[in-house]
Amino acid sequence: MATEFHNLQELRHSASLATKVFIQRDYTEGTVCKFQTKFPAELDSRIERSLFEDTVKTLNNYYAEAEKIGGQSYLEGCLACATAYVIFLCMETRYEKVLKKISKYIQEQNEKIYAPRGLLITDPIERGMRVIEISVFEDRGSSGSSSGSSSTSSSSGR
Amino acid sequence: MHLGVSESMREREYSQISTRSSTPMESPHQKRVLRKKWQAFPGQNKFYCDGRIMMARQTGVFYLTLVLILVTSGLFFAFDCPFLASALSPAIPAVGGVLFVFVMGTLLRTSFSDPGVLPRATPDEAADLERQIDVANGSSSGGFRPPPRTKEVLINGQTVKLKYCFTCKIFRPPRASHCSLCDNCVERFDHHCPWVGNCVGRRNYRFFYMFILSLSFLTIFIFAFVITHVILRSQSSGFLTALKDSPASVLEVVVCFFSVWSIVGLSGFHTYLISSNQTTNEDIKGSWSSKRGKDNYNPYSYGNIFTNCCAALCSPLPPSLIDRRGFIQPDTPQPAPPTNGITMYGATQSQSHMAAATPLLQSEPVMMSDEPSLPGRTSLGAACASLPLGQPTPPTSTPSLSCDADLLPLQGNHVEGQHHFLTPEEAPSPPGMLHCGSPMGQGHPHGHAPGHGVPFYSPASQDSLHEDSVRGLVKLSSV
Repeated sequence: MATEFHNLQELRHSASLATKVFIQRDYTEGTVCKFQTKFPAELDSRIERSLFEDTVKTLNNYYAEAEKIGGQSYLEGCLACATAYVIFLCMETRYEKVLKKISKYIQEQNEKIYAPRGLLITDPIERGMRVIEISVFEDRGSSGSSSGSSSTSSSSGR
Repeated sequence: MHLGVSESMREREYSQISTRSSTPMESPHQKRVLRKKWQAFPGQNKFYCDGRIMMARQTGVFYLTLVLILVTSGLFFAFDCPFLASALSPAIPAVGGVLFVFVMGTLLRTSFSDPGVLPRATPDEAADLERQIDVANGSSSGGFRPPPRTKEVLINGQTVKLKYCFTCKIFRPPRASHCSLCDNCVERFDHHCPWVGNCVGRRNYRFFYMFILSLSFLTIFIFAFVITHVILRSQSSGFLTALKDSPASVLEVVVCFFSVWSIVGLSGFHTYLISSNQTTNEDIKGSWSSKRGKDNYNPYSYGNIFTNCCAALCSPLPPSLIDRRGFIQPDTPQPAPPTNGITMYGATQSQSHMAAATPLLQSEPVMMSDEPSLPGRTSLGAACASLPLGQPTPPTSTPSLSCDADLLPLQGNHVEGQHHFLTPEEAPSPPGMLHCGSPMGQGHPHGHAPGHGVPFYSPASQDSLHEDSVRGLVKLSSV
């Protein structure tokens, strides 16, 4: 594992932003929040397709869970209506709880998978849920061990 | 650098999402005070209470709504309730009180919350989209009329066109629309309601519906019991004496009588919309009507009324996508008005001064921030359900509506479609249901640019007259 970008802080200090890849929304199922799982060409040399798809699929599942209309959401809706929506001032909605889980997940993915490869995922909520922004970094520091350790086979010449 | 800052910003943002009360920021290290994001918000909204409250620019009619409800209810509680409580039952003022509190709560909630505004694209996103569009369109536009920017998506078997918003620089999600009064794209845009002083969209539609529903009940309640009051009094002392004894009742009856029709009508209309899972916007345009084609159906409907209602009213409430109370980080790129180099087409203009001075645009008076609103800006459809007084036009205290006032009929929904110039919605045929029908902006082709984008077609010459005609062409060749 590359120790260059062991943590995100080091990534920040020693790398420079090369480009940003945007994963757009997938609207084929309506207005639910879902991102396209199509693997972008720019990441071809940086990360394995399966890892990327796993990340996006997990995110999609989280969002589906957040927006699910089921027993709990009915209960929440009726309770909120009965209290003239005052309860939203005190209580955290289910959506917000799931968003917190998502941000933890993204943080964890960044630390474990993406930062070592010189990539960084930005939480979609910071982009208005329109895109998943993946920042691609070039290694400015020493190129002892190249950024994508497991993808060095297809080396993106540093 | 961008990253570390955005991480800590992320943490602050999430703490802001979880609790309504903000945690005060530790004092920034910079010499100058960090501004909050609402202060640099590119839309035309007004913010109060340090970003907690968000409303449209023109709020005069909202105050009228408030006054009417408060005065009528106040008169009811003060003059009719004492008599009714003693003559009939004390439950009457109690029920009235509950209804009144519910009405006020939902009204304030509708007016003050974020309707589901989509934040504008960051410069990087916008550039990326531009690139994709250029690739998709092949070589350059070749001519004065660049191809329309749309994307087609298949949703549940129905083809839906996603339009590109020149102001916000995004492809609008399905059911989103750009409100030209507020200059924002709003998710699941229903309409812009001047009576509540805000857009009605994904995040506040249920509050709006509850408001008009409870207001219908309150109006009918007050109407019925004021009539009862007068009848009971006149049984003992004669009709005219009864009226003289409680003059407030006359005013209340008049107000309630005129408002019942419109508000109950509006409630019925929205109940229909909810049960068929449509927005006012879609209904007025007839997007899913079978008249458009045999196979035209609403892809968002769940099939049965109950599920549609539950989806509209009891679905999880999404959080606001615009972080109003967060602090602007100095090195974070703000998505606001476009810089020059990014786009070939849309040098859009919003509140801030034009960053990229393009010769074309300089010839136009594009400074939105100076004008209270655009006189020529009309709206699709008609005014939202009239309120108790049932005035023929909204009061002229609000300059924006004064011009619209001539066009707005008595009742109906004040629907705000898209910005006028670029991708205007097809001019809607007025719905049969409500008295509707203020003409579309097409009737007002003037040089005023609304606060949103004016396209800058580089192939076009730098002649403003030519640009006007280009815009005219684009408008007519609506997507």
